[in-house]
Amino acid sequence: MEIKVDVVQDSLGQMCPMPIAYLAKNMRTMEAGQVLEIQSDDDGAHADIPAWCKQTNNEFLGEEKSGDFYKYYIKKSS
Amino acid sequence: MANKDNNRATIVLFSGDFDKVFAAFTIAIGTAAAGMDTTMFVTFWGLKAIQKGNLTGKGIMGRMIGLMNRGGLDVIGPSKFNFGGIGRWMFKKMMVDKKIVMLPEMRDTLIDLGVHFLACKTSMDVMEIRREDLIDEVEDIVGAATMVESAANSSLQYFI
Repeated sequence: MEIKVDVVQDSLGQMCPMPIAYLAKNMRTMEAGQVLEIQSDDDGAHADIPAWCKQTNNEFLGEEKSGDFYKYYIKKSS
Repeated sequence: MANKDNNRATIVLFSGDFDKVFAAFTIAIGTAAAGMDTTMFVTFWGLKAIQKGNLTGKGIMGRMIGLMNRGGLDVIGPSKFNFGGIGRWMFKKMMVDKKIVMLPEMRDTLIDLGVHFLACKTSMDVMEIRREDLIDEVEDIVGAATMVESAANSSLQYFI
């Protein structure tokens, strides 16, 4: 997946609800159109990150397996 | 999609048990992270979750409550299997091993995300808990009407 990433969030080892808490905090510092990459090994993130995007009207660009964790890509809408 | 006019969440935290406070904090992180203006109305046993942890009480009975029902996130035990503190130790150990965050860090996150902590005046009077026994981040000491206004204008309401 070729995505230009602006901010990387290392959430490896974190469990619900902390990846979402840091996601919200990171998005506050970003500008519209910028992309956040979240690295997570929490199985709940598969459902949680897209759900957060839906609830907050941000764009979920997809996920990608990277070794023993996943990378999730989110584009800030506004 | 959330209704922007109604994008608030109100959580009444009545319980002071470790597990229930954990649930309430998790829900509040979820709502606040989703951009909802989140209010936590803290009453009765729940006050333990926003106490600094010092001994409280003025009269003999108040001081007895303060001693036997001591507040502070580090001392509260689970609602089941506490066994005089062994359960608390066991749960904490299991959570640390699984790298789950602890209550003080969760509360810091809530404050960071802008969650409003309101304390119930009547409960404080009954338990002889003073404003200075509560953490500084508590925004106000209020009554039922404030909670009703907040809950009525929220799309999510929880009682824990």
